Amino acid sequence: MKRYSAFAIVREAARHHLGWQRAWTSPEPRASYDVVIVGAGGHGLATAYYLGKNFGITNVAILEKGWLGGGNTGRNTTIIRSNYLQDPSAAIYEKARSLYETLSQDLNYNVMFSPRGVMMLAQTHHEVRGYERTAHANALQGVETEFISPSRVKELVPIIRLDGPRYPVLGALWQPRGGTARHDAVAWGYARACSDMGMHIIQQCEVTGIRSEAGRVSGVETSKGAIGCNRLGLVASGHSGVLAEMAGFRLPLESVALQALVSEPIKPIMDVVVMANTVHGYMSQSDKGEMVIGGGADGFNNYTQRGSFHHIEETVRALVETFPMLSRLKMLRQWGGIVDMTGDRSPILSKTPLDGCFVNCGWGTGGFKAIPGSGWGMAELMAKGHSPLTEAFSLARFREGRFVDESVAAGVAH
Amino acid sequence: MLILNCPYCGESADETELAPGGEAHLRREGPESQDEAFESYLFHRSNPKGVHFERWRHAFGCGKWFIAARCTATLEVFGTYAAQTSCPPQEIVDKISERRPDRRGASGS
Amino acid sequence: MSTRLKSGGRRIDRSRPVTFSFDGARLRGYRGDTLASALLANDRMLVGRSFKYHRPRGIVASGSEEPNALVGLEEGDLFEPNQRATTTELYDGLTARSQNRWPSLSMDFGAVTSRLSRVLPAGFYYKTFLRPRSFWKHVYEPLIRRSAGLGYAPNPEARDPDRYEHFYLHVDVLIVGGGIAGIQSALAAGRAGARVLLIEQSAHWGGRSPADHSGGKQSVNNIPVDKYVDECLAELGTMPHVQCRTRTMGAGVYDHGYVLAYERVGDHLPGEGALRHRLWKIRTGRIITATGAIERPIAFPGNDLPGVMLASAARDYLIDFGVSMGKHPLVLANNDSAYETAFLLQDQGVDVAAIVDARTGDAGGVAQEAVERGLRVIRGGGVSSVKGRRRVEGVTICDQRGAGTALEEISCDAIAMSGGWSPAVHLWSHSGGKLTWDARQFCFRPDVDNSARGADGAPYVIAAGAASGEMTLAAAVKDGHAAGLRAAAELGYNGAAQSEPVATRVEEAAIEPVWIMPSQAPVTLREKAFLDFQNDVKVSDVELAAREGFESVEHAKRYTTLGMATDQGKLSNINGIAILSDALGRPIPQTGTTTFRPPYTPISFGSIAGSQTGPRFLPIRRTPIQDWHEEQGAYFEPVGHWRRPYCYPRGDESHSDAVAREILQTRNHVGLLDASTLGKIVVKGPDAGRLLDMLYTGRMSTLKPGRCRYGLMCSENGFLMDDGVVARLDEETFLCHTTTGGADHIHAHMEDWLQTEWWDWKVYTANLTEQFAQIAVVGPKSREVLERLGGMNLGRDALPFMGWCEGMLAGISARIFRISFSGELSYEIAVAADQGIELWEKFLAAGQDFGISPYGTEALHVMRAEKGFIMIGDETDGTVIPQDLGLDWAIAKGKDDYIGKRAQMRSHMIDPDRWKLVGLETVDGSVLPEGAYAVASGKTSIGQRATQGRVTSSYHSPTLGRGIAMGLVLRGPERMGDELEFPGTDGQVYKARLVSPVFYNPEGTKQDA
Repeated sequence: MKRYSAFAIVREAARHHLGWQRAWTSPEPRASYDVVIVGAGGHGLATAYYLGKNFGITNVAILEKGWLGGGNTGRNTTIIRSNYLQDPSAAIYEKARSLYETLSQDLNYNVMFSPRGVMMLAQTHHEVRGYERTAHANALQGVETEFISPSRVKELVPIIRLDGPRYPVLGALWQPRGGTARHDAVAWGYARACSDMGMHIIQQCEVTGIRSEAGRVSGVETSKGAIGCNRLGLVASGHSGVLAEMAGFRLPLESVALQALVSEPIKPIMDVVVMANTVHGYMSQSDKGEMVIGGGADGFNNYTQRGSFHHIEETVRALVETFPMLSRLKMLRQWGGIVDMTGDRSPILSKTPLDGCFVNCGWGTGGFKAIPGSGWGMAELMAKGHSPLTEAFSLARFREGRFVDESVAAGVAH
Repeated sequence: MLILNCPYCGESADETELAPGGEAHLRREGPESQDEAFESYLFHRSNPKGVHFERWRHAFGCGKWFIAARCTATLEVFGTYAAQTSCPPQEIVDKISERRPDRRGASGS
Repeated sequence: MSTRLKSGGRRIDRSRPVTFSFDGARLRGYRGDTLASALLANDRMLVGRSFKYHRPRGIVASGSEEPNALVGLEEGDLFEPNQRATTTELYDGLTARSQNRWPSLSMDFGAVTSRLSRVLPAGFYYKTFLRPRSFWKHVYEPLIRRSAGLGYAPNPEARDPDRYEHFYLHVDVLIVGGGIAGIQSALAAGRAGARVLLIEQSAHWGGRSPADHSGGKQSVNNIPVDKYVDECLAELGTMPHVQCRTRTMGAGVYDHGYVLAYERVGDHLPGEGALRHRLWKIRTGRIITATGAIERPIAFPGNDLPGVMLASAARDYLIDFGVSMGKHPLVLANNDSAYETAFLLQDQGVDVAAIVDARTGDAGGVAQEAVERGLRVIRGGGVSSVKGRRRVEGVTICDQRGAGTALEEISCDAIAMSGGWSPAVHLWSHSGGKLTWDARQFCFRPDVDNSARGADGAPYVIAAGAASGEMTLAAAVKDGHAAGLRAAAELGYNGAAQSEPVATRVEEAAIEPVWIMPSQAPVTLREKAFLDFQNDVKVSDVELAAREGFESVEHAKRYTTLGMATDQGKLSNINGIAILSDALGRPIPQTGTTTFRPPYTPISFGSIAGSQTGPRFLPIRRTPIQDWHEEQGAYFEPVGHWRRPYCYPRGDESHSDAVAREILQTRNHVGLLDASTLGKIVVKGPDAGRLLDMLYTGRMSTLKPGRCRYGLMCSENGFLMDDGVVARLDEETFLCHTTTGGADHIHAHMEDWLQTEWWDWKVYTANLTEQFAQIAVVGPKSREVLERLGGMNLGRDALPFMGWCEGMLAGISARIFRISFSGELSYEIAVAADQGIELWEKFLAAGQDFGISPYGTEALHVMRAEKGFIMIGDETDGTVIPQDLGLDWAIAKGKDDYIGKRAQMRSHMIDPDRWKLVGLETVDGSVLPEGAYAVASGKTSIGQRATQGRVTSSYHSPTLGRGIAMGLVLRGPERMGDELEFPGTDGQVYKARLVSPVFYNPEGTKQDA
């Protein structure tokens, strides 16, 4: 792989950029691999990457029915934070966040991780107590957060109105090393690195069946023929349920639409990420200048990648109340993604009833921020059969009643 | 923005009048049930990309629960019916068979 | 230079001059101008700078597809960034500023990036800025952020003074687009009797017809087209079931016939506080998208210089505003339509430099006419370079089929280009309509057999006219008519008797696709041919994306940012897709398009928020006593939809002092609480007890009329969700109290089970929360206060603890519950809501000599904690079961079933290692920090500090003069007396002992007094 650098750009510029190589290859599948990962989104690609990097397993194929990074990896609002309340969540999200810190250098691909700070507004006394609890928990979890005063909120976010008529800002939970990254670049960077290790990323390849022998996975059937494997990772977000059915087990998942929108670009006016959970809205400003806005999810099953307008309306209204200067800006584009929600709204990273088959799904509205940590833990789980990072997220928890419930601290999880 | 006909009051209800309630025709598992059955009752959902039988409440209308048969891939609605039943009415089953001839099984689960 | 001609301009009123300012210069235009036409009339060809390279840019288009001419409009509270000059109607005093330049439009330091463009190709930022690591946040990113972001940001404290509103409408047929096809559809559907709404985004009817199709010289039913439009509108105006609105854009098509339209009511009539935008929420049976077509630019080297304009826009400026794009314009085309631009310019006396037609095939009628007109036509030609730095000064002509070898130079000051037309398929596509590739016209057009489908599964979006690929006047009129008839007929309106309109038929020579000019252009020319003008995406960028493996159209879009600018690729998408397909050696339809998402053009956030802002934003529910609280200057806190008094500070008393005073007054004498917000749900019927036995963990069916019982409600997943006192009113009737925040969802929860699980049980429920005012009279003097009001016997035996009675209290019909959430002697009195304030004031008067005073939610919380009562939301958080809280006494032992029972039998729920409720007493009497965790020794398997409990509530108790707290602790009740450490976020470590959670009057003598 040719390394990327400013020097390389200058060198290629002399050749009018005709000399750049493909960022990833596009091979035909081999008959079998040690590991097959289904789903070339951020989580699938990161799983493959850490299988190679941490465990030397590089005979890996990543199968993608569409185009890599084309699912929720490329549709989210790019927020990265780890200020979660429950220990297992804080652990995996903080692992992810800390990996994001050096991801650009590790991948030799600028994913533009920008630790500009994430602020979660407390707008009721109940929320103040909730975030004070989170701050205490985070201190013991090794996650750097702090509960800050309204005046500090205003300093960090000059466009905010503290004394809104409905919900005044009473403070905020502040994670200074939270932030954002460029979502597509995360998928592309991992894909390039996986390809460089000799792994096969096979796009336009839909899995149509899962093969097993004597209770153990032996391969998959795909639109490009049968592919054998020793271990199989299902990392397909909202489509995991369909895959699980092929493998003969069920998952506690429901797929619903989540929407986001951006404004037209303007010069920088808000450096930090602000989340207002009481009124279900969150906002950051992208490097391009767009205000990136997300809100709540629909409550009904939906695979259309289109959501209902009233959610957009409620979110925008809440944000106009919170940031009155938004009123004369314009919405440029809205879109939807399909998120897979579990019974406790926390992800599943687990062995399955089918030996050799592992599943990583159920990230709901919070998957992007977890990608490196999720891949790290999933790779360890697939390589060694267990991982401290993923232990609490096993399928068994639904039977035992051992939930990882974050709704405690936040109305929306984003 | 869905619009569903409430079978109680006859109104074509806008989505903003309605509260979704998840998969319909689940059978409640009580204190006698096995762990597996209870887990399944609480958490396992069919979540199909296709025909889905689901509960809705006309929350900002007559307040009644009803069931809709709806395609989650196209949002086509095959019909709505009263919640007081453990399986979909035959006319809706027939309509689904007609509209989705390739679909296997036409029952609620 | 662009200039206003002596005559012409059907939109402008030359008798009404208007002055406006652009970048500080005072300029003149006419009423009827757009900002763009007025700028062109003043020879302002340079109007903005591009996003990435800060290249000088001029006006390209005449409508909402404009990528370049974006301005900051007005100042201060009225400031709006990124306003398109082409759709801004000029008004007197308009103030505009150009964007993305510093210090000025003509001298922009940012333009240095243009010099460096060679090293700033598509996606360069993914390959660099990698080291040193800290530089991304502190150096590179701030630099990028400053240079990006097109428009100026509004003032952070700006407050929009204008108004917005929403409007709801149900129609049979919604027609988007007031061009000839849409008008024809409206006529057909309207004549058939359907309820029709016809909307048009601009201020004028007729769309492109009066400027296109032989320069507007064609006719319908032998009537000149502009006159025909007027006649149609007049007829539509006579139909009461047809509405027509201009300045109203179809913004988005959602599912099940839901369409959003955006009406710019006041943009052209500014005035503070005026109604500015109206958002229409329309449910329609059928939608006809008659949104026309958008002309494509041609990708030739230098095509982004100011002075290069779409040929159709040049016609619009000429016909509508009497503005010529230049004195010696050149026309560049691959199809017939652009010839009209040359002819119209010539008719107005403008000297057309040449018509360069890239086609080599048989020349059609227009080419013949051009020759007859004495115009120079260069067939098979192309442009390989454009002279000029800030505006067009000339071009180099080459062979379109070659590599750009110069054939000759032609002097010109503007270029009108046309690369063909693409139907505006956005609305067709929004909710799932599919497209098909038209290999004759080289465009994507609606696949009429694959429309979006409605709730009934039937297709409900119909494309008509140019939006459906019917580009000629004759075809568009015919198609519009058919669409209107079809829509009406599908909804049961029969309009078949109407005669079909007939328009002039003109034969056109075939278009020949030109995706890059010249076709064999080397990379050095491809680097100068722009696809996306605003985002500076060039042909070479898309080819680079293909080379690097970004093969999917979505990858290429995201990698190059093609089509991601504020015009959302209206001009660039098809050209970009063609270049990508060519680079990958695959046919265009195989590449496909990116997804079309709402809105069609950007809409204001103000309009989305509508009128439900300020005091109308999430309206506050008010108790019957709310006015009184406000008059007293209470400090409020939001609780659910309510706002409850937190405390009632007197004078300059602090909140904590007020809370302490309220508690001591209540504990020592008597206090009053407005408890009206508590949920009150009546459950009635022969099976009411049976239902409540399932809903509550305890047994309610054995409760005697006249008695009250505390109940817990769990979810089916076992977790505690609500608590409250249930009173049995009679054999068949129970009144269930819920928490303030819980009333609505608990009522819904009851109805859920009743309607969908036990529907054969004979029970009704009713949520009566707002029907009653409820006042708690609390404290040792409470009975005396009540008795002073007279009318009811409230003696210890007449109304014992946990009993209730009804009667007339001070002449008011009242129900009195003897229940206590404070541990004091306490009564809660429910009266009809409209008598609440009267009773409240009577209590205040009756208790005056006891110093009776109201207390707020904080005093309520402290007193319940002193007594060890749990609070839903404090001790519970959705992960806590009643057994964790020592509430086993409230779970009926012998009951077979209740909601949540099975869940509480799962292995993790019966684990003896669960954290359980205890009281916490700091060793030094201080107050434990809320939410603090008790640490255990060592670290967990995931590297975190081990914990063994947490604080759920913590207060300073004025009663006890020390800190008190409750918490959940690992095996807590078994470890009474143990001392735990709670590290605070303030750096201190707090030590506390495990004690009983009941700190105050554990014997219960006070409440039972």
